[in-house]
Amino acid sequence: MIKGINITRVLPLLAYCLTGTAVAQVGKPFIHDPSTIMECDGRYYTFGTGSGGLISEDGWTWNSGGVRPGGGAAPDVLKIGARYLIAYGATGGGLGGGHNGRILTMWNKTLDPKSPDFKYTEAVVVASSDGTEDCDAIDPGLLLDPTDGRLWLSYGTYFGFIRLVELDPKTGKRVEGNEAINIAIDCEATTLMYRDGWYYLLGTHGTCCDGPNSTYNIVVGRSRKVTGPYLDNVGRDMLKGGGKMVIAAGGRVNGPGHFGRMILGDGIEKMSCHFEADLDQSGRSVLGIRPLIWKNGWPVAGEQFKEGTYEIESERRGYALELAVDFTRMPGGMRGFNRDNNEPIKPVPSQQLADVIKLWPTGNIDVRIGDYMFRPHQKWTITAVQDAGGYLGAPYYKIVIEGTKRALAATAEGEIVTVSEFSGAAEQLWRIDQLTDGTFRIMPKVVPGSQKQLALVSSGDSTPTLAEFDMKSDNSKWNFRAH
Amino acid sequence: MNKKYVMALLLAGVVFSSELRIQARSVTEEFKNKVIARRDSVVGIEAYFTPSTSSKKTPDAEGFIQRWLLLEPINKPNRSNTVFTDSYLREAFATKYFPNQFTVIPKDGDMVKAGEQQLKWHALDSKNFNVKLFRFAHGLEKQIYGVLFWAVTVVDSPREMQNVRMAVGSNSASMWWLNGKETLLLSGDRRMVMDDGVSKRITLNKGRNIIRGAVINGPGMSDFCVRFLDEKGEPIKDLRITNK
Repeated sequence: MIKGINITRVLPLLAYCLTGTAVAQVGKPFIHDPSTIMECDGRYYTFGTGSGGLISEDGWTWNSGGVRPGGGAAPDVLKIGARYLIAYGATGGGLGGGHNGRILTMWNKTLDPKSPDFKYTEAVVVASSDGTEDCDAIDPGLLLDPTDGRLWLSYGTYFGFIRLVELDPKTGKRVEGNEAINIAIDCEATTLMYRDGWYYLLGTHGTCCDGPNSTYNIVVGRSRKVTGPYLDNVGRDMLKGGGKMVIAAGGRVNGPGHFGRMILGDGIEKMSCHFEADLDQSGRSVLGIRPLIWKNGWPVAGEQFKEGTYEIESERRGYALELAVDFTRMPGGMRGFNRDNNEPIKPVPSQQLADVIKLWPTGNIDVRIGDYMFRPHQKWTITAVQDAGGYLGAPYYKIVIEGTKRALAATAEGEIVTVSEFSGAAEQLWRIDQLTDGTFRIMPKVVPGSQKQLALVSSGDSTPTLAEFDMKSDNSKWNFRAH
Repeated sequence: MNKKYVMALLLAGVVFSSELRIQARSVTEEFKNKVIARRDSVVGIEAYFTPSTSSKKTPDAEGFIQRWLLLEPINKPNRSNTVFTDSYLREAFATKYFPNQFTVIPKDGDMVKAGEQQLKWHALDSKNFNVKLFRFAHGLEKQIYGVLFWAVTVVDSPREMQNVRMAVGSNSASMWWLNGKETLLLSGDRRMVMDDGVSKRITLNKGRNIIRGAVINGPGMSDFCVRFLDEKGEPIKDLRITNK
């Protein structure tokens, strides 16, 4: 023991400092202008500028392997029925060359290049620009309107307007007689989405393609009609440069662009983009995946989960996940009344692990939910597990009592327990997804001996269990409080 | 002719006569909010500007000032807009390119000599809320990139107005003066967004007020928009704009 310093106090602090970072996608997630991420036969695909694209088995580890002919830039993909519609720009736009652009669409029955069904149809032009008009036809984004089945494509860049055209969802071709309409300025990399009676136009502001100095950021406006006007949160038309921020630079990545939305289930949505530079990966352009949160009818990117030590608070009752151990009282009681306020004030140390761990059982310890008192049996250190895989946007985590190796685990009975030492078994790996309302779903990778997908649920104020996730119930939701 | 064709012709006529805005009286609800894309390949500036007349001009419905004296662009080569730091801009906008550059209220057709260039002032009314300098230059077959534009206008106010703000958007960087005093600097590379940069509280004099602006751009689509906002952030519309 270092003289004068209690190492058991210092170690947790050091551990926190070393691990207080979020981790990025792994593999080789290098891409520029990624399309919406598509699921096909159990794998995830995204296509970018140039040829090819990325494939992932689990949404966390990405490698090259996608195949897309036609070259050009900034494709988008949409599943319609049993087929995939791919749109892309023949050019990358540009001031050096001209602003003559062409947007093309093509179909494929599958995105898996190894499948016997893998065959693209011939690409057809659906929109174009003549080089001097107030538009440069690049960067297509697709929307299949869930209310009426109509298919829309937005395109354009900073040279002039963002335009909207209608396509035939059966053929992917431009609807006869459809006129392009202007819906925004000052953007590129646009796309559209629909939710709850609102159409949303997303696009980038700021500078592209400038590595760590790219100011690219993704903004949004909304409209009751797909044809606009798209207004931002202060009522400004996107035709006048309006836009509300969805995601900007942060942490060690900057320049988000090319928004894509994935709905994984009720209350669980992700957004994809690229970051112009990931400073942890040689400043390369990388795929980014974040939770998508909805706040008062506006989409906002959630943050990547940051490793650290947390209270795991139930949204149901606001009590904290804790070990089922004796509550150890701290010295001191209430100060009496009418005492001298001039008595010197001294901080009282928090209860330490060393004060209580000897009183805990050494084998498995049950888990319950109780009054949070920032005591050692209620503080959980959550860190990514290396080489254990992941899911869309995040790795699996271990959840251990701070300062120990005692780990949260799922049981075959569909309950939870803590084991004395994390071993890396699948039931000790946890998936953390931020929900669309900002709270979190916590799920074990596996419930031993079961195929069921269960989540951490409050079955009572004081009792946690594993059960089917229900977005409509606060019982299914949790908060991570760093305090 | 069937009904649909007649409607289409009517619509085409309406679109042509009202540029980017659709007057909704004779068209269906569906088209009311559409801003149909146009082919803007023609040379000339008529698609974006009309020559200023002596008739009264007020700010538009949202307070944007559309009447200006615009100088054909000064060549200021820049391959990238990343140079537009505050220091660069202060030097660029303080440089004297032509005589009386900070005080002149030119007339339509006035010529200035800026370096080797002979440049003309144009008294124009923009057809849009914004002043598309790129299209001004392009239409007059002048330099479109690597440019510095000067713009002047005169705002006649019916009374003294205190605690107002000048709200500007510009592509790319720009500096603005009111009655000879620097009011706003929009620095860095940026695009024209309404109410992007807004001045501190300023006072509009009763009577004449001179607005002067300088907009610089490398490879971008030069553009600006200007309006005044009152204390509550509402646009000020009871002004008369003249470029005399």
